[in-house]
Amino acid sequence: MLVKIDNRRTDGFEFAIDLKALSTFFRQTTSSSEVHMLKEEIALKSAVAGKPLPFQKKSPRKTAVKKIMRHWQFYLLILLPICFLITFNYYPMYGATVAFKDYNIVKGITGSPWAGFKHFIYFFEGPYFWLIIKNTLGISLYGLLVGFPIPIILALALNEVGKRFKKFVQLVTYAPHFISTVIIVSMLSLLLGPQSGLLNNFLASLGMDRINFMGEPGYFKSLVVWSDLWQNAGFSCIIYLAALSGIDPTLYEAAKVDGASRWQKIINVDLPGIFPTIVILLILAVGSIMSVGFEKIYLMQNAANAGSSEIIATYVYKIGLLNSNISYATAVGLFNSIINLILLVSVNAVARKITKSSLW
Amino acid sequence: MIAKKTIKESPGDRLLLVILYVVLSICVLAVLYPLIYIVSASFSSPFAVISGKVWLYPVDITLVGYETVFKNSQVLVGFGNSVFYAAAGTLVAVTVTIMMAYPLSRKTFYGRNLLMFLLTFTMLFSGGLIPVYLVIRDLHLLDTRWALIIPQALGVFQIIIARTFFQNTIPDELAEAAEIDGCSDIGFLMRVVLPLSKPIIAVLVLFFAVARWNAYFDALIYIRDSDLYPLQLVLRNILLLNANQNPTNITEAMERQGVAEQMKYALIVISSLPVLILYPFIQKHFVKGVMIGSLKG
Repeated sequence: MLVKIDNRRTDGFEFAIDLKALSTFFRQTTSSSEVHMLKEEIALKSAVAGKPLPFQKKSPRKTAVKKIMRHWQFYLLILLPICFLITFNYYPMYGATVAFKDYNIVKGITGSPWAGFKHFIYFFEGPYFWLIIKNTLGISLYGLLVGFPIPIILALALNEVGKRFKKFVQLVTYAPHFISTVIIVSMLSLLLGPQSGLLNNFLASLGMDRINFMGEPGYFKSLVVWSDLWQNAGFSCIIYLAALSGIDPTLYEAAKVDGASRWQKIINVDLPGIFPTIVILLILAVGSIMSVGFEKIYLMQNAANAGSSEIIATYVYKIGLLNSNISYATAVGLFNSIINLILLVSVNAVARKITKSSLW
Repeated sequence: MIAKKTIKESPGDRLLLVILYVVLSICVLAVLYPLIYIVSASFSSPFAVISGKVWLYPVDITLVGYETVFKNSQVLVGFGNSVFYAAAGTLVAVTVTIMMAYPLSRKTFYGRNLLMFLLTFTMLFSGGLIPVYLVIRDLHLLDTRWALIIPQALGVFQIIIARTFFQNTIPDELAEAAEIDGCSDIGFLMRVVLPLSKPIIAVLVLFFAVARWNAYFDALIYIRDSDLYPLQLVLRNILLLNANQNPTNITEAMERQGVAEQMKYALIVISSLPVLILYPFIQKHFVKGVMIGSLKG
């Protein structure tokens, strides 16, 4: 210890401290009995000088205050973002309590009378409940079945081909990801339109009947899922490609020495290598199974396909904002959020047990 | 190198490789063809498109679709509005993201774990559409430009990306040294961290700008005044609700129908143009962003 302590507590607090030792204290790495005595001294001196304390181990609350005081500018920085977080994320969670109330626009969220589970029961027993659940789950499960494995296959394939070709494929297949939902749906209705759409022109030239794809309930799910695939399959590869590039090269060398074929290499090295990534993304996908991209579905809806296109989110929007049935719509939305949370937590728990890779 | 490879490859390996090349080429064509068709159709005469003469390249080249678009005041207003929303929204969002992400990246920031939890929790659970709408309404943001700028500013995913970047590029020793030299935390952020963080700022700017440019749903909910409509909402009204037609007699209706169809193709091309021009940058930086995000999610 390069510290000389004058422990007599005289008026002037005359003690000499090596600067090096002081900086060690700042990092709070030493803790001998000698140090404890020194801390008291410095604490007193700091108190006299009115400076914030660099350390204090007596009470955790005081330590916290000191830590905060020392970096008070961090808290200044997060002030605005925190306001946003509270206003647009956490306050609405409180606002969701209107699901258990009869919302009255004059009385507001707090003043409206409680209604218990009335709106939930109304929803569960209502005529649309099973239809909406069926459509929501149908579209998302179909989407998961098609949209989940194909990017993996695409990434494994891209990993094999030459660098230039790979870059070219990436350039082209990432592009639709940046096209807006409105444009995607417009393209669908233009290309699949019954009168002059590209696909129907093609069918007509083969002598087949023209089909109103956008108006047939039977085609709705497929249109949603496959256009999603068209838009996002390429972009979804990125994470898998990143995982593939992180595989230990010695594994490939070992495979080569063992005389593995290209196919065997893909199955036995590549696939296990990206398996943790697959699990994580699968957890996320299953966790959001009740929330399908409703911006797109809302745009694709029309009177003709309503039977297979009404999902929870579009229903909430319509009854809540178009019909102003605030409490009922909030109840439906809350039901959806809670199911999502339960799904995510349970899938994560299962994944952790089976595969040892999980979100938390 | 190439010679070495070909010697070692068995026929089975080569066959697999050929199959992969074929499959990927088909993917590329499947993605590219609809896009090419839209562009070609936008330059073709309305009659050629309707009668199915356009397959790959433009037929009877005309710019009538584009002329109609540029005569449409709704589209021009929407375009201007969208430029403003994208610029202002991005500025606010990037600022807020950095203000949140930088403290979160520092070990000396007391309470970072709690804050991180509060942030990620919003990804797992949300109050839902209606409660957020009520907040916007109670703040009197409905039907103002702010409704399309403020509520979307806080992106948890973007904060995580930025935080991870700061953690990996700004060593703790540097911050400690600056502190000992008497540099404040904000001073360090402005003078040292930001100049070193141009790549992540580019990623954030593009993330937010593209999202703002492409968004329509928040405008659908929060905006009633058509002078404040962003381009995407104007597009929706024209392209999907056919709100632009008001025919008086049959021949005129037929002609208008043709031009209206033509205008749709042109409109799709024009509205995608800003993103298309930026596409090379966007692609590079989005990929980078997703990579950083997946490192430590």
